[in-house]
Amino acid sequence: MSIFFDLYAYWVSILLMLAGLYIVIDHTNLFKKLIGVNIFQTSVFIFFISMGKVDGGTAPILEEGYRVFSNPLPHVLILTAIVVSIATTAVGLALVVNINQRFKSIDEQEIEKLELEEE
Amino acid sequence: MLAITAIAIIVMRNILSVIMLGGIYSLVSATLFVALDAVDVAFTEAAVGAGISTVLFLSAFAVTGQHYALERKNHNVAIIAVLTTGAALVYSISDMPVFGDPAAPIHNHVAPRYIEQSAEEIGIPNIVTSVLASYRGFDTLGEVTVVFTALVAVLLLLGVNRGSRKDKP
Repeated sequence: MSIFFDLYAYWVSILLMLAGLYIVIDHTNLFKKLIGVNIFQTSVFIFFISMGKVDGGTAPILEEGYRVFSNPLPHVLILTAIVVSIATTAVGLALVVNINQRFKSIDEQEIEKLELEEE
Repeated sequence: MLAITAIAIIVMRNILSVIMLGGIYSLVSATLFVALDAVDVAFTEAAVGAGISTVLFLSAFAVTGQHYALERKNHNVAIIAVLTTGAALVYSISDMPVFGDPAAPIHNHVAPRYIEQSAEEIGIPNIVTSVLASYRGFDTLGEVTVVFTALVAVLLLLGVNRGSRKDKP
């Protein structure tokens, strides 16, 4: 049983990663695919942050009376990753808006049909 | 909580409620980051993930404006892919160090130096800030480059289209 309780945070991130992957593959609506990508990214963030956690540690801000800090390095990496993720989301949404103007649809299957009809 | 929100997003079919749930999901994950001692990450996630990202989704939704129910078609492919990935991840999880273990390899390399020396070397109480802006300043430069590239890409995608629309009266 210890593998469940000792590694609890990692199980959460695996579950979220699989949920995100499922949404990306299963749903044909492009908006929902992008939300799936976001969930997938957040699961990676949670994985990194939970690796940096130290038992009994506090947030890594130097203050008298505190000796044990969580690892600041994953926090920095994830700060960068969050900003990059919003940038990729913005590009994705711009693509969706563009696709909608071209095909009047944001559903993958409808777009495929329309493309076949054009040929 | 997070898992429940994610599953709700899978099940929901109305796009608008999916977008709202996406915002809630970001906010819940921000509280989780606070619980894991990552306060800087938490407020970035709350501001960027729950705030800006939801606004972007909503404005794109307003431009495209389609309300019909979502269809799900690729069930079998999705389930096979998810199960394969899940099996690989669960197999590898047993190699991970115990959650919260101070002796885990991640805490033994550069992290102690950041914690012990950054007060003298940089002089800022927030270690995350001194690592972000000083020790790993080039990473931040790269991040700014990525954001700039994304901005250029968005402007190209939306701006070029506006020009072509003028051509077709």
